[in-house]
Amino acid sequence: MSDASINASNIREDEAGFGDYFALLKPRVMSLVVFTALVGLLAAPVTVHPMVGFCAILFIAIGGGASGALNMWWDADIDRVMKRTRGRPIPSGKVEPGEAMALGLALSGMSCIMLALATNIFAGAFLAFTIFFYVVVYTMWLKRLTPQNIVIGGAAGAFPPVIGWIAATGSMAVEPWLMFALTFLWTPPHFWALALFMRSDYDDAGVPMLTVTHGRRATRVHILVYTLLLALFAVGAAFSGIGGPLYLAVSLVLNALFIRGAFRIWRRDEAASEADNFATERSFFKLSLLYLFLHFGAVLAEALLKPYGLGGWG
Amino acid sequence: MSFRATHDLHKRRFGRNLGVGLVLAAFIAIVFGLTIAKVSNGGMTFQPGTEQN
Repeated sequence: MSDASINASNIREDEAGFGDYFALLKPRVMSLVVFTALVGLLAAPVTVHPMVGFCAILFIAIGGGASGALNMWWDADIDRVMKRTRGRPIPSGKVEPGEAMALGLALSGMSCIMLALATNIFAGAFLAFTIFFYVVVYTMWLKRLTPQNIVIGGAAGAFPPVIGWIAATGSMAVEPWLMFALTFLWTPPHFWALALFMRSDYDDAGVPMLTVTHGRRATRVHILVYTLLLALFAVGAAFSGIGGPLYLAVSLVLNALFIRGAFRIWRRDEAASEADNFATERSFFKLSLLYLFLHFGAVLAEALLKPYGLGGWG
Repeated sequence: MSFRATHDLHKRRFGRNLGVGLVLAAFIAIVFGLTIAKVSNGGMTFQPGTEQN
């Protein structure tokens, strides 16, 4: 485009750069999607051509990014209110909401079709369902309606290892659903701990977080209950096809620490939390990040050790 | 509002265009690589009743 064709009235000094469009895809969330989908793909009991595996992970990641862009388009109004999200491309005025929607829809379609072509139709269809679930069921429908929004959002975030497994095998099994349960049950305690010490953000946005609708005491109880349920599934997975002695050892240590953290959160009252600026809640939140990473890392290690006769239960 | 060739807006638009160009080039390379992998793997030969990976 030459200078002569630029209409000066349409010029914006803070016009978006390439990085702003990339930020719409929520790169940090995408990294979790890449990691868990990769574990799902590699834990499957089949060999996948490296190029096909690379393409599968890439298109699952792009599908995850596309749903992130659609989420930012729909949630632009609440993103403007929350401190944590105020700097995102749409609330900061760099990207128009319509652009985010177009990018999200285009990438959604492209990623599902390409995943189906690269692997199998089942995987492509399941990616399409995941995007639909995250954008329509979670973002548009239930996020602003129920304090269980975190649980529902957690389901959407838990699908990538299942898609990875289906991409590799073309069929369903119990093991990927154990990986699903791991992320699904991990999400509520992870986010509710965050909500306990980032409270004003969600209050201001009017999102019905459990801390606001049912109170902070109930949130502490919920964190403990979900943590106990999570421990059951996480340790139980050690005795399935994706587990093994290494996974069991990692899981036992992490779950003992996680239950101890949840128990401490449950035991505390608001006065004690405010006195040390939510130190227990903050350390529980940090531990939760390590918890998920190491669990999936252990599944990956078991899968990678299997060809050498070391992974699994022999 | 007048623009010189070195205006920041030009740089930003050039960066954006370059980014899109590189993404498209990468996409072509990926589709090419995938095709080669499928062909050499026998994945393009359709056999009724077998899984396509």
